[in-house]
Amino acid sequence: MTQSGLPSYLEQSDAVRERFARIREREVILEVRNLHKRYPAPGGETEALRDVSFRIHRREFVCVIGASGCGKSTLIRTLAGLEKHSAGEVLLDGKPVDGPGRDRGMVFQGYSLFPWLTVKRNVMFGPQMSGHSFDAAERQARQWLELIGLSKFADSYPHQLSGGMRQRVAIARALVNQPRILLMDEPFGALDAQTRSRMQSHLLDIWRNIDITILFITHDLDEAIYLADRILVLKPHPGEVLEFIEVPVPRPRTPAQFSSPEFLATKARLDALIHPPEAEADHDDDSGDKPSIYRLTDVADSVE
Amino acid sequence: MQAFLSRSGAWLKGPASSRLLVVASFVLPVLLWALVSYVPFLWHPKVLVEEVGGVDYFQVGMRVDRAEFDDQVKEMREAGEALPAGRPANPIYLPAPHEVASALYTAFTTAPEQRGAPWLHESLWHSIQIIFWGFVLSSALGVPLGILAGTYAGFSRLTEPFIEFFRYLPAPAFGALAVAVLGIYDGPKIAIIFIGTFFQQVLIIANTTRKLDRTLIEAARTLGTRGSRLITRVVLPGILPDLYRDQRILLGWAWTYLLVAELIGTSSGITFFITQQARYQHFDNVYAAIIIIGVIGLGSDLLLAALGRKLFPWDQAQKRG
Repeated sequence: MTQSGLPSYLEQSDAVRERFARIREREVILEVRNLHKRYPAPGGETEALRDVSFRIHRREFVCVIGASGCGKSTLIRTLAGLEKHSAGEVLLDGKPVDGPGRDRGMVFQGYSLFPWLTVKRNVMFGPQMSGHSFDAAERQARQWLELIGLSKFADSYPHQLSGGMRQRVAIARALVNQPRILLMDEPFGALDAQTRSRMQSHLLDIWRNIDITILFITHDLDEAIYLADRILVLKPHPGEVLEFIEVPVPRPRTPAQFSSPEFLATKARLDALIHPPEAEADHDDDSGDKPSIYRLTDVADSVE
Repeated sequence: MQAFLSRSGAWLKGPASSRLLVVASFVLPVLLWALVSYVPFLWHPKVLVEEVGGVDYFQVGMRVDRAEFDDQVKEMREAGEALPAGRPANPIYLPAPHEVASALYTAFTTAPEQRGAPWLHESLWHSIQIIFWGFVLSSALGVPLGILAGTYAGFSRLTEPFIEFFRYLPAPAFGALAVAVLGIYDGPKIAIIFIGTFFQQVLIIANTTRKLDRTLIEAARTLGTRGSRLITRVVLPGILPDLYRDQRILLGWAWTYLLVAELIGTSSGITFFITQQARYQHFDNVYAAIIIIGVIGLGSDLLLAALGRKLFPWDQAQKRG
């Protein structure tokens, strides 16, 4: 790394080191121990996750990153309780997780708002399910809509909102239940670049002001470094933990840091982990041979 | 390809021209009917006899083939007898639009020819009741079964194979059986509508339920929804607009079973009216009754479509009808 003029991604300023020490002192919210996940598949069994272990402390922001097929989604769905694991343990506040529950909020990549409910009723859904009265649920929903700045749209239906707004409502709908951890499965993956960066700052704002721990899945390196305290890097086929990186970029984060040396060093390291140069050739996805394309236009009609 | 198609079809776009096309889709067939009825040289294969002349078997008002009429004219001319006269006409089974229109009117205003026979509106009302009860009974069972089969894979495997088999059995085949079990009046007719609708209904609604986005159910589960509330609070409202559309299509199918159903046991309703009128060769009345069935069918569907837009403001697909 040093020959490219960048510092090592392991180098941390005193402030950053102190901050990580403080984080480590906080209680563990989520602990994953030797998690295995195997699927029955046509050609025998597929191993999606192999021996995954890590811990997340209270109010930590952790990103999970990895090439496609590394089991990111399987991991987060297992943590949410939407899929059963084959072996190992998932402990939330020291208690094993069994099925989905209100203590783990989830934001999906696709728009998962209930289309038949208005924005306000969507946010009220969780409180109503846990037996709150209509009025109490409505009060909580209003608070959250205020917080995400969508009070004006309380009575709109999801299809009337933009993609970014919908994901804000989805975040509010998950947080109104006061979960211990917020699981986010590539929540901004379907948004355009501009909306996406606005949503990232917005999410950091929410996280700063609320007692919430976040596990965030993404395949975008910049997004992971910009948001995370630590980045869990997974290797595909089967999904295994490669490294759990402490991001040396100081907080508060701003988009200006995208070109800081710490940022670039971390990005270089992630790049090297996810796209190892020797493995490139025998990959089964897009990195293989380029298809040859026949000329379908007039030979003289050149664009270059 | 899509772009090419839409560009060449550009003149068929826009709200004004689309309304025009809707009107045209009704006007064009009527226009064709009027042309065939009123323009003598277009078809008119018969001659309506107005004067018998010397032909002994002709009668005034009789329709004979044109070739036969011409033969008779030639024969009479050679025999030196009075010539028959007539004008070109269509066969009795194709009345002109104005005849059907007046039949539509008189069917409601004048008493039926046979004493004790039901008026047209009485026949219609009877038919509508048969449809209504057949469809309501079928839905009362078919909708819950369909939703359960669409939600639980086990339940689907338990019920759907048999239903899949049963739906290939033509409903009218159960006519005799239905009469034996339910008597000769309305019971077997409602049963035929039920058999014709129910089995399709379960399969269609199960399929609609299965198409509900799994993410919605998963989202609800992470928000603390469990058990039967997943069905009542997520699955049911989630599929409701599609379910409503399915029911509209199924109601249309129920109408197609109506005429068969009404022939079972004692003939009744609009079918009785139609067969009776056809027997007396009152084809204008037959057409009037057929048109009324179409108007009721289309009218109720348009009404239900408008209701759907009111009921499901979040559903974009309702706007397309």
